[in-house]
Amino acid sequence: MSSEPITVYIRPSRGLRALNLRDLWIYRELIYFLVWRDLKVRYKQTLLGASWAILQPLITMLVFDFIFGRVGKVPTEGLPYPLFSFAGLLPWGLFSTALNQGSRSLVSNQNMITKIYFPRLVLPLAAILAGLVDFAIAFLILIGLMIYYGVTPAAAFWTLPFFILLALITALGVALWLSALNVRYRDVNHALPFLTQLWLFLTPIAYSSSLISERWRLIYALNPMAGVVNGFRWALFGVGEGPGIGLWMAVFVALGLLISGLFYFRAMERMFADLI
Amino acid sequence: MLAIRVENLSKRYRIGTAQTRFRYHDTLRDRLVEWVKAPLRGLRGPGEEYVWALREVSFDVPEGQVLGIIGRNGAGKSTLLKILSRVTEPTEGTVTVRGRVGSLLEVGTGFHPELTGRENIFLNGAILGMKRAEIERKFDEIVAFAEVEKFIDTPVKRYSSGMYLRLAFAVAAHLEPEILVVDEVLAVGDAEFQKKCLGKMSDVAQQGRTVLFVSHNMSAILRLTQEAIVLEKGRLVKRAPTAEAVDYYLSSGHSELGERRWEAEEIPAAAAPFVPLALRVRNGRGQVVDTVRSVEGATVEFEYRLEAPVQGLRVGIYLMTIRGEFVFTSFDTDDPGLFERYGTRPAGHYLSRAILPPDLLNEGRYVIGVNASSFSVRRYFMDENALSFNVDISGAPGTQWPEVRLGPIRPRLEWRIERLE
Repeated sequence: MSSEPITVYIRPSRGLRALNLRDLWIYRELIYFLVWRDLKVRYKQTLLGASWAILQPLITMLVFDFIFGRVGKVPTEGLPYPLFSFAGLLPWGLFSTALNQGSRSLVSNQNMITKIYFPRLVLPLAAILAGLVDFAIAFLILIGLMIYYGVTPAAAFWTLPFFILLALITALGVALWLSALNVRYRDVNHALPFLTQLWLFLTPIAYSSSLISERWRLIYALNPMAGVVNGFRWALFGVGEGPGIGLWMAVFVALGLLISGLFYFRAMERMFADLI
Repeated sequence: MLAIRVENLSKRYRIGTAQTRFRYHDTLRDRLVEWVKAPLRGLRGPGEEYVWALREVSFDVPEGQVLGIIGRNGAGKSTLLKILSRVTEPTEGTVTVRGRVGSLLEVGTGFHPELTGRENIFLNGAILGMKRAEIERKFDEIVAFAEVEKFIDTPVKRYSSGMYLRLAFAVAAHLEPEILVVDEVLAVGDAEFQKKCLGKMSDVAQQGRTVLFVSHNMSAILRLTQEAIVLEKGRLVKRAPTAEAVDYYLSSGHSELGERRWEAEEIPAAAAPFVPLALRVRNGRGQVVDTVRSVEGATVEFEYRLEAPVQGLRVGIYLMTIRGEFVFTSFDTDDPGLFERYGTRPAGHYLSRAILPPDLLNEGRYVIGVNASSFSVRRYFMDENALSFNVDISGAPGTQWPEVRLGPIRPRLEWRIERLE
């Protein structure tokens, strides 16, 4: 029934390890099943189920609308404030869920790690992909808001998947670093909410990045999520900062995080089962 | 054709990591404190913080062999299996494995209580490396083997522990790997389940696949394997036909005659708050000995410490022949009066002592296992092969005839002979 069995060589690895993406491909079904498990389990015992995916950004938007839109009167490039902030909250929700779930993915699946071999990259990857479903649900709200305010999508609408990908790459890059660090230093668990909050303020969600003075622009653009949020507003409504040097920097930083994260993760991977 | 080739395999653990007794996680603070305290020494000290769990182990397993692996707790058995199943990397040496390695120590890994039986079969199958199509093909067989047809769409958190275990085992057992690793499955589940496990194992062996079998149960090892290796403190000390390896294992390691002491690293973290210290066999005159005379009787004493009060604790011994057949099991609170008096045993240093009456055992070598548990609550500590001792039968009933008497006991029965006429 079976063909010639595969031969595996087990030996200590030294220095930088190859990424071994082939192994990841062999285990692609496991990624699928883990995403599916996360989704099933996440809403199984909740009263409101998947509507949590809608409620979270919606309520945040209402609070932002009150504080920044009505009281603070933040400039919004001519958009209604709810639409303006929601277009930022949408990719932000995707990013922060992915970052948090991804960074905790190794520790929360430690019994799998100590008992079974599989490419460990599967865990943060699955955790990050699971966030896409919530994102898709919340996206329906955006469409609803656009209809309500009578806003038609801009011509660059089709570039949206690129910005979604950029958010996911950024989340994955950081989650690779943090999940591997979390195995050894559980401080990561405590630092995560703080990091997320800080990052939220450094991203132009409640406000517009046009408020940033010219001399800080470039440093500000080092945050890939600034590129993502600006890109979302540009692609959806044709306002604000379109593709330019800022976006290139975002892509550059995101890829840097991803590649360094992948190598760090692979280097630490050999010790996960012993340390976790 | 070789299924497994292990060459000079060594594994070193940092003290304080998962495999040693004290399981804790570094925090950045610890690292910083360490660094501030010893800035000149650098972030990592020299070698004494390491232990070798395996040291230069080499062996081959031909395809289709059932190989037993025996050794005390902490001898390196689990580390060896973890390296073979690629969970952890060796520090030195290489292993060549031909075929998929499946293991029954992975039973139920990744099961999620909120998911139904059906969902968990697919999830667990994928975790174990099965393709979706393969799971679909074997689905009915798995459900039938586990006998959970009626509850297949019920979340497994509502399953009884027996059902849960059966389902988990069924998935693992249908992986059909070329190499099967079985680690102490006999320690879990009821007798029925254990029988099923062993049955599945011999099926696998008969299909010409390779099996590595780790157990403390010498009779199971003797029954299921033809050859065995013995690990001692991380080194492979013996490879021989099973009977010989078992004899070697049982008679070695008991160098402190009549006494067994537990070192800190031999005690699993899960034993806390129970800390086994020593097990001794004393003869009729109170001396610690390796050989007792059957006509004299003997005392078995188990010394331990409780670091916290334990409710419902019972500390006891198993007595087995060298072939692993049970002779008896006895606990220190078997007597209802004592059980009541020690309902909660306070923290402290204890000695539980059992007196073996004279004329109980037949000649030969016996193995004492120890167990400390609270019935149906938790098993704190168990070592099925803690100590062995000899019984000398000089002066015992029937020794005027130089013959071997079968059976593990040699009671002095009261015979009456009447002449009926």
